[in-house]
Formats: sequence, structure tokens, C-alpha cells
Amino acid sequence: MHLAYPAVLAVLLFCTGLYGVLARRNAILVLMSVELMLNAVNLNLVAFDVWLRDTLHAGQALTLFTIAIAAAEIGIGLAIVLLVYRNRGSSDIDRLRDLAEKTGEADAADGTPQPDTKAEATA
Amino acid sequence: MTLTTTAVLVPLLPFLGAVAGLLLGRRMPGFVRPLAVLPTLAAAALTVTVAVGQGGGPATDVATRLTPTGSIPIDLALHIDGFAALIAVLVGVVASCVQIYSTGYLRDDPRYPSYAALVSLFTAAMLLVVYTGDLMVLLVGWEVMGICSYFLVGHYWETETARAASLKAFLVTKLGDVPFLFGIFALAADTGTFRITGILGSVANGGLDHPTLIALLLLAGVAGKSAQFPLHTWLPDAMAGPTPVSALIHAATMVAAGIYVVARLLPVFAASAAALIVMAVMAAITMVGSGLAALAQDDIKRVLAYSTVGQLGYMLGALAVGDRGAAVFHLISHGAFKALLFLGAGVIIHAAGTNSLAAMSRMSGLARRIPDAYWTVTVALLALAAIPPFAGFFSKEAVLGAAEHAAGGAAHGIPGAAGWTVLISGLLTALLTAAYAARLWLLAFKGKGIEAPDLPQALNSVRAGETPIPQPVVMNAVLWVLFLPTVALGLAAPLLPGWFDGRSLAPTLTTSVLGTGIALVGGLVTYATWRHTTALAARTPIGAVVVDPDASPAVAEETAMATHAPVYGDVAGAADPADPGRLLLGPLHRHAAVGFHVDAVYSALFVRPVRAAATLVRFLDREVVDTYVRGAGAAPRWLGAAVRRAQTGNVQTYLGALLAGSLVLAIAAVLVATGTGA
Repeated sequence: MHLAYPAVLAVLLFCTGLYGVLARRNAILVLMSVELMLNAVNLNLVAFDVWLRDTLHAGQALTLFTIAIAAAEIGIGLAIVLLVYRNRGSSDIDRLRDLAEKTGEADAADGTPQPDTKAEATA
Repeated sequence: MTLTTTAVLVPLLPFLGAVAGLLLGRRMPGFVRPLAVLPTLAAAALTVTVAVGQGGGPATDVATRLTPTGSIPIDLALHIDGFAALIAVLVGVVASCVQIYSTGYLRDDPRYPSYAALVSLFTAAMLLVVYTGDLMVLLVGWEVMGICSYFLVGHYWETETARAASLKAFLVTKLGDVPFLFGIFALAADTGTFRITGILGSVANGGLDHPTLIALLLLAGVAGKSAQFPLHTWLPDAMAGPTPVSALIHAATMVAAGIYVVARLLPVFAASAAALIVMAVMAAITMVGSGLAALAQDDIKRVLAYSTVGQLGYMLGALAVGDRGAAVFHLISHGAFKALLFLGAGVIIHAAGTNSLAAMSRMSGLARRIPDAYWTVTVALLALAAIPPFAGFFSKEAVLGAAEHAAGGAAHGIPGAAGWTVLISGLLTALLTAAYAARLWLLAFKGKGIEAPDLPQALNSVRAGETPIPQPVVMNAVLWVLFLPTVALGLAAPLLPGWFDGRSLAPTLTTSVLGTGIALVGGLVTYATWRHTTALAARTPIGAVVVDPDASPAVAEETAMATHAPVYGDVAGAADPADPGRLLLGPLHRHAAVGFHVDAVYSALFVRPVRAAATLVRFLDREVVDTYVRGAGAAPRWLGAAVRRAQTGNVQTYLGALLAGSLVLAIAAVLVATGTGA
């Protein structure tokens, strides 16, 4: 099989993931998009490993490593999303703006009040 | 004890007393009075021992090398001759009297411990100046006296006058001290030593390279310390300090230090005829001007202050005609009777409840209430006016005799012009001195007219006919102690030449007759004028604030000073038409009351330019320099505010920006690597 097929597929997967990360609002979908990007990289690793005929198969080893890391990452990520949802009743990334720099005018312009964290935490 | 040990102990004892007083003052109030009085008394006794041991013999010189400086060494040296021994006795006696007097005068003062310690420290410094044989060590004592004077003038720092006066005294004397320091350096550079004996030796052998320059530089310091024109302005204002301080520092001792230094270094001054002429003119202007000003003052202590300035002018005049024996004789007798006058003035102010002569002239029975002060002050005023049997007569005649001697051209190396200047101004001043002494006496003790309780603005009036005001006994006892030298010091005139340079100090016939006659004329004219004006006094009531007689003397004085300006409109004068001085001076009175506008001239010449410069500097600092500083702060703040707008809190925006940036960098890297972009 020519190298172009997996490579093009990887590019498509990566772009899809990138779009998802940048454009989706749901935190879970964002995490899924991150997985897509990771898997695009994995695909590349395996494909180039085969194409280069690496005797040590470093690409495949690294892929396994990446998968393990990704599993851990998605576990923690989903846990965070779950906690955020429990606290705030929403996992909408656009509304998670606690880290925004508060300036007098910017706040007034934003106008979207943050859900009361304390009240949710006790619920 | 050898003479040297005794002499070393003399400045050391009051110094240790001052240190102990400062350390223990707050914790053990019971020790404060003994610690103030006893070391000073012991030092006074030791100065007498030193004087007896020294006698008129050859000067005692002992020295130990303090520190090798690499060029001119500084020695801890003692130089005791007749001058030093006698002046030290004066300092010791007056300081003891003042310390004893202060225990009564400042009996309720919360700041008495520090006050007494500062007086002791001052005494130690003055004795150091008198006994030392090294100019650098002398300078140490000189400056310590200056700072003690600053603190003591500002003792009543709650009053605006005292604060201003202490600053003025410090600044004006420092203005003289800087040239003085340069003068000492120039003198040491010319002669190669700081030791007075060494300096005098090389002056006698080879002369100096720059005698006029050195003499004038030293003279500036002397003018500052001894309150000579044009640096005399601080002394009348320094009367804002407590009366004992005025007696000790601003009449008897510290102001005499300048005269003493000139007497010590007289050959240096005599090496330059120009310096002698300058000294004579300075002394003449000071004498006559201060005599006129004293005639116009209303505050009793300011009269005495101007009188001190004038008497110091006499001493400087005697030095200008090359007779240091006469100068030091007048210094000693003046120290005694002027200290008595000031301490007596303290008693008068307490009894009258005011320091204003105009108010006293409308109180009857003041002399009856304070008989001790009345008699002693009367005699001291006679001594001041140089009426024959008293001390002031002999010493002043010695000065006038020396001036006449020089005016006749009989003195070797002294310009005749200096002699004439001193002689004529001295005679004129004798007239003025008698006039203001008579005015002071008449206004203070011979007051007539309305009884004290009827004073229109009196707060707490002194009621006539009541039991006499209880004066602290120590205050009156001290007056009698100082009364003795005031009366009898003239008897010492035949003995003193043996202690001094050997020149006779006995009064000559011409100057005696002339001086006494002029003084009598001055006194009688004032009396006649007073008889004329006193009728007016009854018709012109004048407002006065009179302090409760139960108040402590210091409180009475402080209140009197604080209220003088609001009541009379001025610190110095009072608009009293019944004042004989007003009639005597005529149109001059207005100018004399403010010290001939010297303060106004200084204000225009120095104070205002300095203030304007300060305003300019303030403007430059606030508006120019600070603009850069504020800009340096504001620019990053604005930048930060702009950047902060990017921090929206939306993670996806951040990631988008990150991606865009990475892309741009990657493309740039590729372009650079392929060489097409560069």
C-alpha cells in the first residue's frame, strides 16, 4: 500500500480533530476531537514505521505508548468534565470563562453571568 | 593631684554629669538635680584650684598625641595661662549659679532632666574650649556649644518664636563656622601645626604667608559665635530660650568664646593691619547699632541681649587695638554682671508676669515685691553703665584706655585709625549704654500709674498689697553670689596684669572722666525724658497679659513670650507713647525697634532667593523628573491593559491563536530554511 493513503487519511483525521477542538462547544466532543488528533498521529507513526522498515519498530512502540497515555488522559479529562458539569450544570466550553481577565468594561460588555459555583457545589 | 590632672577633670566632670543625667533622667528623677548641680560645682571648685595653682606664672603646656593624621597631627593638648585659668573660673562659677537657679526656675518643667544635662554638656564644652591647646579640639568644643545652644534656645518648642529662634541661631552661627573651619585649616597649612603654642611660635619667628586671609576667615567665625555685626541677628531672637540659658550661654560664656579665641590667637590677627581695621569697624558698628536698638526694645530680655552684643563689641574693639588683657578683663566682669542681670530679669518676669517693659512701667510696687532682685539688678545696671566703684567701670575704662593708647599711635603695630574708631564709638556707646540701662531700671522698677489689677486685658492680675509672691529661695541666693564680683571685681584691676600680658589695666584719668561723664549724661537725659513721658503713661493705658503669680517661673516666661506678639503686634517693640526711648530716639525709634532692618535685608538677600530656588527645584522635581517616572509606570500599565483584552477565558480562542502563531512560525522557518524568504 502506498504511503499516501494512510498519510492523507491522517491529515483528514487531524483536520477533523482540529476543527472539533476549535469549534465544538461541548467539552466531551472537544475531548473526542483530541482523540481523533491523537489517532491521526498514531496512524502516521505506524505507517511511517512500516514504510521505513525500522528493525526496532520504534514507531509501533511509540504508538502503544501514545495509546496508553491517551487512555489515561481521556479518563482524567472525562472526570474533570463530569465534575464541571456537576458543579455548573453545563459543560459548555464557551461559558467556562473563570480564567478571563476581569476589566471593568469587558465585564459589563460580556453580560453573561457565571453560574453560582458555591450553590452548585453543595447540591 | 597635679595641675594637669585637675585641669583634665574640669571639663570631664560636667561631661560625665551630662551623660549620667541623660541616661538616668527618666528612670531616677531623684538623681537629676544632684547630677546637674554637683559635677558643675565640683568643676567650678577645680577651676579655682587650677587658677590658684597656675597663678600668673608661665603657661602650662601638656600634650598627648591623639591621632597621627598623616599630615598635621591632632593633639589632646592643655594650654593653661592666666587668661584660660580666669575665664574657666568665670565659666565654672556662672554655670554653677545657673544650674542652681534652674532647679528653682524650671522646678515644674517636665523636660528638666534633658535641660540640665544639656547645660552640663555645654559647660563641659566651654571649659574644653578654654583649656585646650589644640585648635581642632577647640573646634570640637566650639561646635558642641553650638548644638547645645540650638537645643536650649528651643527649650520651649511649643512656641513658634522659640522654634524659629533656635533654627536661626543654629544657621547663623554655622554660617560663621564654615569660614572659621577654613581659617583653621589655612592657619595650620601655613604653620604646620594645630597647636596654639606652635602657631604663635611660627607667627613670632617667620610670620604667615596669608595673614589677612586667615584673620578674616577666623573673624567670620568669631562674628557668628560672638554675635558681631553682620552676624549678630541671632542673639536677640535667642532670648526665646529660658532665662538661665540666656544668662549662661547668650551672655556670660558661649558668646565670649569668640572673643577668647581672638585673644588666644591675637598675634595672628595683629600680623595684618587690614584685619585689625576690619575688626575695629565691625566692633564700632556693633556697639553703636546695638546701643540704639537696645533703647527701643520692649522685651526686657531683648534689651539685655542687645546690651550683650554691644559689650561684646567693646571686647572685640579692645582686641582690635591689640590689648587682650583689657578684652578678657571686660569679658570676665561682663560675664559676672550680665549673668546677674539675666537671672534678675528672670525673677522680674516671674514677679511681674510679663516680659514687657511697657506693661511693667504701669505696675507699681514691683521693686517692693522682689527686693533681692531690685538691689542686685540695680547695682548690675550701674556696673553695665560703667559707674565708678563697680566692676564694669574698671573693665570698660581698661578698654577705652587701650583704645586711647592706640589712637595716640603709642601702640606698636596697631593702626591709629583702629584706635580712633574704637575710642569714639566706645564713648558713644557709653552714652547709649547708660541711657538704656537707666530706661530699663526706670521702666521696670519705678512704674507708676494704674495698679496692676486694673490692666484692661489682664487674665490673672497681680493684686497689690497681697503677701509677696513666693520666689524660690535658690533664685534669689544666686543673685547675691553674682553680686559679689559685680561689685568687687574692680579691686582686682591692679592684680590682673600679672596674670595677663603685664600691661596696666588701671583706669587712666582722661578716659575715666570722659567715660563716666558721658555715662552720667546718658543716665540723666533718660531720667529727664522719663519724668516728662511718665505723665503720658497714666493717660495711655496699655494692654498686657499678666500670668498668674502662682505659676512656675518658666511657665510665666513662656506665656509672656507667646503672648507678646499677639498683644503688642511685634516680638520686639510695643506701641507705647510713654516710653522714654521713643522720645530719645525720635524718628530712629521705628528702625531701632526692628534692629535696623538687618533681618529684613537678610530676608530679601538670602531667605527669599533660597525660597524661590526651592520652589523652582520643587517644580522641576514634581513636573519634570516625576513625569518620566510616572511615564515609566504608565506605559507598561497601558500595554498590559491592551494585552489583557485578549484574555477572554475562552480556551478555544487561545488554541486558535496558538495554531495561527505556530503556522506563521512554521512557514517562516521553512522560508528561512529554503533561503527564499531572506
